[in-house]
Amino acid sequence: MNGRQLITDAQNTWCPGCGNFTIQHTLKTILSEMEKEGTNLDDVVILSGIGCHAKIADYLNINSFYAIHGRAIPVASGIKCANKNLKVICCVGDGDAYAEGLDHLIFAAKRNIDITVIVHNNRVYGLTTGQYTPTSPLGFKGKSTPLGTLEYPLNPLELMLASGATYIARGYTRKMDLLKTLIRGAINHKGFAFIDVLQICATFFNMTDYYNAQIYELPTYDRSNASIACEKVKEWDYNNKAPISLGLFYQRTAPTFDEQFQHQMSVKSERYPIVKEFLALRQ
Amino acid sequence: MVQEVSILVGGKAGEGINSAGAIVAQLLNHSGYYTYMYYDYPSLIRGGHNFAIIRGSDRPVNIHRNFVDYVIALNQDTITQHKQRVGKRTINVFNSDVVRTEGQGISVNTILKSENAPAIMGNSAVIGAFAKASGISWDTVSDVFTRHMPKGADINLKVAKRGYDQVNTINTIKSIGSRRFSVLTGNEAIGIGLVAGGLTVYVSYPMTPSSSLLHFLAENTKKFGITVIHPENEISVILMALGFAYAGGRAAIGTSGGGFCLMTEGLSLAGMAEIPIILVVSQRTGPSTGLPTYTAQSDLHFILNAGQGEFPRFVVAPGDVQQAYYWSAVAMDVAWRYQVPACILADKTLSEGTFSIETEKISQAKFADLPLWDGKTPYFRYADTESGISPLAYPGTNGAVVKVNSYAHDKSGITAEESGIITQMTRKRMKKATVLADAMESYDTINIEGSSEAKTVLICWGSVLNTCREVALELNLKVIQPIVLSPFPVIRMNQALQGIKRKIVVEENVTGQLSALLRFNGITSDAMVLHYDGRPLTPDMLLNRLKEVGV
Repeated sequence: MNGRQLITDAQNTWCPGCGNFTIQHTLKTILSEMEKEGTNLDDVVILSGIGCHAKIADYLNINSFYAIHGRAIPVASGIKCANKNLKVICCVGDGDAYAEGLDHLIFAAKRNIDITVIVHNNRVYGLTTGQYTPTSPLGFKGKSTPLGTLEYPLNPLELMLASGATYIARGYTRKMDLLKTLIRGAINHKGFAFIDVLQICATFFNMTDYYNAQIYELPTYDRSNASIACEKVKEWDYNNKAPISLGLFYQRTAPTFDEQFQHQMSVKSERYPIVKEFLALRQ
Repeated sequence: MVQEVSILVGGKAGEGINSAGAIVAQLLNHSGYYTYMYYDYPSLIRGGHNFAIIRGSDRPVNIHRNFVDYVIALNQDTITQHKQRVGKRTINVFNSDVVRTEGQGISVNTILKSENAPAIMGNSAVIGAFAKASGISWDTVSDVFTRHMPKGADINLKVAKRGYDQVNTINTIKSIGSRRFSVLTGNEAIGIGLVAGGLTVYVSYPMTPSSSLLHFLAENTKKFGITVIHPENEISVILMALGFAYAGGRAAIGTSGGGFCLMTEGLSLAGMAEIPIILVVSQRTGPSTGLPTYTAQSDLHFILNAGQGEFPRFVVAPGDVQQAYYWSAVAMDVAWRYQVPACILADKTLSEGTFSIETEKISQAKFADLPLWDGKTPYFRYADTESGISPLAYPGTNGAVVKVNSYAHDKSGITAEESGIITQMTRKRMKKATVLADAMESYDTINIEGSSEAKTVLICWGSVLNTCREVALELNLKVIQPIVLSPFPVIRMNQALQGIKRKIVVEENVTGQLSALLRFNGITSDAMVLHYDGRPLTPDMLLNRLKEVGV
């Protein structure tokens, strides 16, 4: 049996050299593999926010919820709670997850809800033609900050560690094999899985040379050790020049929100007797 | 002759005035009366002045009157702040430790000490005293405490009995029958209406006066077969609920005006992505934080117009518990049948008021089968049809790729910008508005009450119905209440107004929002009675205000 045609007929409008191609290709490869291993791809849902990354919802021929800016994560949480059999993959941008929808990211991690969040972190707003994001370096000259930003970037990995995420990784679009391993690991992980993917914006913030010079793969250590993980995530602060480690920083198992939520659920189909019973109690 | 009694219970916040009032309401209920309770409280946890007015009658009553026959006072404010409500025949029952007045005083502290009971049970002592003063039998008190106190009924009864034994019967509230009604709040009626409509999950962030619906449903998840989530903010509330609905779960959300502000982007998403969602919005006095614990009807146009772009929506404003129960179930059905947002617009007076409901008289909503995908033809989430309603499939359905989208999109749910597709899909969505409006013709979207011959009509919406109903009875007027406000039932409204000479719109806002909506639909009112102090417009007030407009 041939696998599903995973790419839709929608015309692709990403710029040549855009990191989004790598993420889409990686996801496509993973989905094909999952299908071969027996996963029914009708049980997979992809979500996206708004931004260049988000077009992935149009391009992949699977269930999708093309949401609004910053809000893919709460939608994903609702989907997972409603149907625990679905694999829920959330593609979001750095503006989406770290600015407009930061509260949702933190709370999803805090709840340890079993979804995968892939942040397409190009550290610039692309679709709105070049403004700074929460991970742009200090002094970034964008269209809204022509004199340079006056604020330091935040370190999303550190934030996720503090928020209770149970799978924290960083990938890079020019390291595709590693990226595939990290995303596959995230989908397999039972709990909230977070991957910050460094991708270049070919048009507004091309960091290829910088990243190529700084990156290295994390060495072996006990991934459930939060202290070591904390030290590793702090090595590079998204601002100063420092070695940039790639790979899985932290992973632990913990009860998931959706699982506990399902335990609380007791669906009753016949509703009128329940209503009558309640009304009788109030007599 | 009308058999009627009103009782005011007052004290400090934290003294359990709401529960004391609920027990008094049940005492009247167990004496055969229809009951209504108004609960008035400032936005604080301790101190201040809380009071409840409980009214019992041999005919249905859903609003309080000014005069009270009994005052149950747990603090001095209850005596000093309500002088305009009492008369010569008003009987005071009070805690003599802290209140100085005429009437039946008991030392609550002495009673609590002798029963070794905590301070919160003090109101049971005065309720006991009230029951004796009003000639309610001890058996009735015992029965009500046992049935309606969630915990500690035994010790509360001991405390109540001591209060009961210390006073004399002054004026008897006579038992008028053995029939008992179900006593519940407006929010509870909305809650069980949603449950009847097939609710699976309720998502909400606390905000008065919607919070009691959140609490009620959260306490009863097992009993009702539902789940309840309280997420990080109202933005998440609506988005989570949309995720649920996309996956096939019947989700409802609840808030008040301020929370609804945050939900508007999600509402617009529901309109574009055609995802069913049920919103309960209970109005309080605005703008902004306003008066959190007081009422208003000032969000009608906000609800009717919220969200960017144009999309069909269903808005219903129930006026009493019967309507709240029935129309909440209908709202659930409408949202899913037409894949539109459906809003149940309430107000503090309805949400937090307590009413009697006659179980045998409540109407049950009829539910249509959902337009589900047949599984035979290729699946398109936004397939254009005659009605504009596309067959539904949920993710996890074999053979269906279910793509929903906040962007303008083609029939498969993929982003589209071509002019032809935009025109077609806009028309597709708006066809549902027409189909919905047509379907609503078979519902009683306009409630007509009062004198059928009257040439003067009071037009109102929401809980003001109850005041208008009572005043219309006294003055021999007609009452017309549009229950469904979107799509506006203009044909039925015009039919209802046939032969009417004078149209007076009565509402709790400063600009006349229903009046403006009527005008938009070609109906001009002759006068407006507008009330906007956060307190419900009572029949006494309306009678006075109608004099000003010559009725």
